[in-house]
Amino acid sequence: MLSIGLGHYLTLAAIIFTIGVVGIFLNRKNVIVILMSIELILLAVNINLVAFSIFINDLSGQIFTLFILTVAAAEAAIGLAIIVVYFRNSDTIRVEEIKNLKG
Amino acid sequence: MIAHSVFFYIFSLIAIISAVMVTVSKNTVHSVFFLILDFISISCLFIMIGAEFLGMIMLIVYVGAVAVLFLFVVMMLNVAEQKGQWFSSRWDGGTHIPIGLLVSLIIFFELIIVIGGWKYKPDLLNSLSIKISNEITNTRSIGNVLYTDYILLFQISGMILLVAMIGAIVLTYRERAGVKRQSYVKQISRERDEGVDLVEAERNKGVKIDA
Repeated sequence: MLSIGLGHYLTLAAIIFTIGVVGIFLNRKNVIVILMSIELILLAVNINLVAFSIFINDLSGQIFTLFILTVAAAEAAIGLAIIVVYFRNSDTIRVEEIKNLKG
Repeated sequence: MIAHSVFFYIFSLIAIISAVMVTVSKNTVHSVFFLILDFISISCLFIMIGAEFLGMIMLIVYVGAVAVLFLFVVMMLNVAEQKGQWFSSRWDGGTHIPIGLLVSLIIFFELIIVIGGWKYKPDLLNSLSIKISNEITNTRSIGNVLYTDYILLFQISGMILLVAMIGAIVLTYRERAGVKRQSYVKQISRERDEGVDLVEAERNKGVKIDA
């Protein structure tokens, strides 16, 4: 319990990942919170990569984390742009009112 | 060692609580603030575990750019205050809440089972390519690899950022009616003949402009 090993970090990442998934499943408020949940999931992935990289003494994991960071930033920018355009066209981003696809 | 464990538990507790608050906050602005808190505590964990460069980059990129972008959009769209309960259930009679919780619990327990009963393949530790050296700093060792072995991936990630930037501009750009703009093409393609007119001015009569 007192010495922190790889399992502790993996468990933390699993908890944050699950919270992100719960946020996507249960959210009916607005799309921005869903984007934030996706950021949480990417954060959990980053925790896993960094923890493995440190504990098996290999640098590749940290480099991959750097690229995931890049892609996450790009994804947030594009997603928010889409949300802004959608809000401009239909005056709402509440999840329950976005049903143009009849899904 | 004790201090390390204590700080690990403090930071991870803050991270988990703020992650929960991101999803359940009624006010979207509060969600963004808790997202910032989450990123900060995770980057503290990264710095503690020995990945200083990534911790600092997380602070700069996530807190400084992504979270501020979220905050900007939330405040610009004026969707901050949401009325009604946390998870409004008007749409499908509320059946998605228990099913969603059940599926997430199953996902969580599957992850925990995998974490509990997992070990390295025996020859993994001998097959690693880039060892972490204790003699040079973390930033320097990342730089050593990033600009040599991973240069193509590095440049492709730059291209991804460029595409994201152009995409965001193209998506949100709109022509407004009634706004006077400079026309660069018209300005640059103007020739001397259209701009300058030589007039022979007669004495005591002057020149009539705009005739």
